[in-house]
Parts: sequence; structure tokens; C-alpha cells
Amino acid sequence: MAKVKPRVKLPKTAQKGEVILIKTLISHKMETGQRTDKKTGEKVPRQIINKFVCTFEGEEVFSADWHPAISANPFMSFHTVATKSGTFEFTWTDDDGSVYTKTAEIAVQ
Amino acid sequence: MRKFAVGVTAALGFGFGIAGTALTDEVDWGAYQVGETRSGYTYAKAETRAIQDDEFENPGFIWVDDGEELWSAVDGSEGKACQSCHDKASESMAKVGTSYPVFAKELGKPINVEQRINQCRVERMGAEAWKWESRELLAMTIYVKNQANGQPVNVELNDDLMPFYKKGEEFYSQRRGQLDMACKHCHVDNPGGILRANILSQGQPNGFPTYRLKWQKVGSLHRRFRGCNKQVRAVPYAAGSEEYVNLELYLTHRSNGLPVETPSVRN
Repeated sequence: MAKVKPRVKLPKTAQKGEVILIKTLISHKMETGQRTDKKTGEKVPRQIINKFVCTFEGEEVFSADWHPAISANPFMSFHTVATKSGTFEFTWTDDDGSVYTKTAEIAVQ
Repeated sequence: MRKFAVGVTAALGFGFGIAGTALTDEVDWGAYQVGETRSGYTYAKAETRAIQDDEFENPGFIWVDDGEELWSAVDGSEGKACQSCHDKASESMAKVGTSYPVFAKELGKPINVEQRINQCRVERMGAEAWKWESRELLAMTIYVKNQANGQPVNVELNDDLMPFYKKGEEFYSQRRGQLDMACKHCHVDNPGGILRANILSQGQPNGFPTYRLKWQKVGSLHRRFRGCNKQVRAVPYAAGSEEYVNLELYLTHRSNGLPVETPSVRN
């Protein structure tokens, strides 16, 4: 499988009180656990990202629980209000316990 | 399409004018339509097109990024990376996406981008050939073809290529499989029609390797060929086989003028 690589896009600068769009994409196979291996006939064990959280300066802004019907390479976008300059932190939690993180700065004028 | 409709109206008078008006109501697809040739983009749903149009949203760009990393990754006994000889892909690979398959003199037959990459790896880098449909080969093919993104496909036929082009053309109209169907029965006679739940396109190859939502990943043109062949219940050829390269040559020439869309997004 391709290595898991998170990507985030949001404006570098914003006006105070402005509604901003945050886009995220992570490469992940999102194995549902429903498929069988054609050669062995055994179930392919489930391995999905089950939780996505976005925090701003330690405070949760957005979170989502993901389930097996979420597509591979999940894309998630959402809006938030820019209040002050700071750092967004994004975390994706995998079934196998791995946590993928990415941070992004925003400057609010 | 639009110009053609107006021409018919002028030449044949009012009776056809109504039909002409109906045609002019069609969407202007811009670069995605050249004469009667329409990219698969124009048959995709608006939602699917939106994913392709946004470079960030388009999951195919994960492979573009992977390919960029591989471009400078040293591999093989010669201690070389692609970059060692070809320097900047944006310059050296600018025309690859629009001109392949090309005739390889040393082999006496046409080869496509995947095969050229592997030829380079084996002969010049002393590395192992990447397996067809492997992450690496897809990523490198996409990265290379993406350098020509937006440029019109322009495969030039010459005397060397002509016999192979003819074979590809023959393949395209040859009935095969239990369903006894040729490529052209769907993609020339019925584009825009519905095949089960899918809208048939003209089967243009300008967006390959494409991110297919059904596959949940990118896939090569030859994987698509195999899928099509299986759907008419024929035994597919191997990816990279001469039959498929000839077909790729015919098809790519058929798509001349359409922009390279690699990596496109299709359903």
C-alpha cells in the first residue's frame, strides 16, 4: 500500500471573523473488512481511519467518526471562523492505532 | 459541434433550423471537445468533473506527488535516478504526454510511456522493471504525463507506425467475446447512451492513467482495456501486450486535439 500522506489546504491569511474553508485529503486504502482475498478465500481484515479531528490552538474545531463505507483516500472539507492567528492541527486515527498528523498556520489580520 | 450545426442550418434552410437550434443548446465544452471528438470529461457527472478540476481534491494528485519523489530517487546498479539524465521533468517530459506511443527503433515496434520508463530503468539505471499497475509505475507514468497536462494530444503517424496503427484500428472494430461486440459498438456507435447504469463515452484515452472512483485508485489504460474486454466476456490480453499497445496507438491518435488530462477522475 502507498504510504499514508495527509494533505491540508487552507488560506494563509484571513480577516478576523471571516468564514474560511479548510480542505483535507489523506491517502489511505480504507479497507472495509468486507472483502475476501480471492486467492486464500479469507476475509481481508478491516483497516480504516476511524476518527478525524481538527483542533485550533488545542481547542476542538471539528471532528468526525468514519465508518467502513468511507471511500479510499478520504477527502473532508469544512468551514470555520477565523478568530485569531494560530495553528490548526489535524489528526487522523487509524484502526491499527497509528495517528497521522498535519499542522497548518493561519495569520489573522 | 456548434459550428457544424450552424452550417447545416444555413445550408438546408429552416426545417433543419429547428434541429440546429436544439444542437446549439448543447453545452460548450471548451477544450474538452474538438470537432466531434469529446473527452470522457464531457460524459462525466458535474460532481465527478468538480473533483478533477480541483487539484487538491483530485486524489490522482497523490500519485503525482509520489511520482515527483520517485523522479529524484536513486535506484539500480548505475546509481542513477530519472533526474540524473532528464533533469527537470517539467522541461524534458513536456511533450511525452502528448506524443506517446512512439516507435522504438531498437525494438521495431511502438512502445508506450510505461514501457519507456521500464526500458530506462532496466537498460540505463540497472534497476528492476516495475510491475504493471504497481504504485511506482503508475505514479511515474502519471507524473510524466501530467507534465503535459492541458496540452493537446498530438500523435504523429509515420511509415514506421502505420502498420501498427492499422492493427490497432482492426482490433477496435473486431468483434470479440461471448457478447460478440467490438470496441466501436459502444464507443463509436453509442457514446452518450446508457450501458446498464453507466453513460458510455467515446472511450478517449487522454486522461489516463485515471483515478477511477469505482477502483478507488488510479489505473492504467491497459487495465481499462482488460476491463472492457472482460465485460464482453472475452479473454483479455496482458497489460503491455503488443495488441494493447497497438490499440493504445490507434486510440491516442483518435484523441488528437483533446487536452491531456492525466490524472483525470472518472466514475
